[in-house]
Amino acid sequence: MTEEEENLINEDLEVELVLEALLKKSDFDYRNYSRSHIKRRLNHRLAIEGYSKYSELIPQIIYNKTLLGKLLSDLSINVTEMFRDPSFFKELKKRVFPYIETYPFVRIWHAGCSSGQEVYSMAILLKEYGLYEKSQLYATDFNNDILEAAKNAIYPVDYIKKYTANYQQAGGENSFSDYYLAGYDSASITPTLKKNILFSFHNLVTDGIFGEMHIIMCRNVLIYFDKELQAKVLKLFAESLVPGGFLCLGSKESIRYSGVENMFDVVSTDEKIFRKRVL
Amino acid sequence: MVTPRIIVVGASAGGLSVLEKIISSIDVLPIPLVIVQHISPDSGDSVLRLLKKYSSIPFTEPIDKEGLEENHIYLAPPDYHVMIEHDKSFSLYLGPKENFCRPAIDLLFETAAEVYKDGVLGIILTGANRDGLRGCQKIKLFHGTVIAQNPEEAQVPVMPKAVVSEGLADHVLNIDEICIMINSVLKGVIDG
Ligand SMILES: C[S@@+](CC[C@H](N)C(=O)[O-])C[C@H]1O[C@@H](n2cnc3c(N)ncnc32)[C@H](O)[C@@H]1O
Repeated sequence: MTEEEENLINEDLEVELVLEALLKKSDFDYRNYSRSHIKRRLNHRLAIEGYSKYSELIPQIIYNKTLLGKLLSDLSINVTEMFRDPSFFKELKKRVFPYIETYPFVRIWHAGCSSGQEVYSMAILLKEYGLYEKSQLYATDFNNDILEAAKNAIYPVDYIKKYTANYQQAGGENSFSDYYLAGYDSASITPTLKKNILFSFHNLVTDGIFGEMHIIMCRNVLIYFDKELQAKVLKLFAESLVPGGFLCLGSKESIRYSGVENMFDVVSTDEKIFRKRVL
Repeated sequence: MVTPRIIVVGASAGGLSVLEKIISSIDVLPIPLVIVQHISPDSGDSVLRLLKKYSSIPFTEPIDKEGLEENHIYLAPPDYHVMIEHDKSFSLYLGPKENFCRPAIDLLFETAAEVYKDGVLGIILTGANRDGLRGCQKIKLFHGTVIAQNPEEAQVPVMPKAVVSEGLADHVLNIDEICIMINSVLKGVIDG
């Protein structure tokens, strides 16, 4: 074995120990997150702190609350927008709504909802299709600060232009300005959209099923997990869906590589919409 | 040169026309080839559709956790970093831009080096920033091979020049020579 290969093995060991320490000190379990992501985020912290080894983080995790906080925020990536991937929302309306229209009520779970843009996009779409009043939306995340932001639904006004363009591309039927109240430098989502949304804490690694869902949206979350954790969470989703319920993933995510393919039928390959099989 | 087990290519400003040349020169590809071309976040699959025309080899944007296969060209999608995990599968990453770019060349090159060790052939083409420099350092650390496009020929010389001036390039070649070299290396892979 070359020296570099040995170094690499030692580095991996250090990362493992860092994640153990994090788990013990914070209750956040990152052990089954994609290792290459984790290393990238830790590298970032090492560079800022001027450390050369991952293991130097361990005493800091144990004794330095400030650094622990920073590390946890490094590991949390919350990028989102309204109507992200507009073509997905178009497809949702075309391929999924005609089914749920026939149900007496609709339960939808947004797992990893971040600051709320995705669930408000869904709310708008449901409203325009006349489905909102019979829908109950559950929006969950494992980051309490971001959940707070999601509930407040106040977004920088600079983003509105992008959101409006996305809304139009997604096939929005009204004017996007119907859905927010513009302030000086921020825009807040109208309260009428919040009525049927319940925000709550849920950790996909440790918490259980959210039953009897008709649609589960989990977009750009699985991408942070390794194969094993993806498979576990996809099973959780399968168990949380009614037979024939829909699962929507992010544009670069798939059920294909985690051994759960046979639990779902493909509704849209491009837009990553799947349907739980009726056994 | 060690017989490569993967080819990784990084290109930025001016990259499309050289990528077209490289891709159309390859007939058989017994190992995976992965490309990062800097692109704007909302360019959709336009670059993929453009480049695909120049090859009959399967050519896609990778999906998260997809395994790397031989006889396949992969192009990093807009707005995602592409990394390689130890089990030789792709990991797509929405982390911050690096060197002002997402996808960034460094992430692909560095993780390819850690996984494929001395079996990496990295090619750095025309471009206006220094993305790829750290990636090439990592490739050399693991005794892989680095080819830089001749900065004099490159439409924008900054990117290959950075790699050459740090002494990281095993070969500094014009694009036609790069195509010839790739094909002779690939022939070597086939002949064992
Ligand atoms: C990139 S955002 C995706 C937001 C939105 N779904 C979208 O696609 O725009 C990822 C979110 O997943 C959350 N997340 C990561 N790991 C989680 C876990 N184990 N349980 C619940 N949420 C998690 C993060 O806190 C973050 O808000």
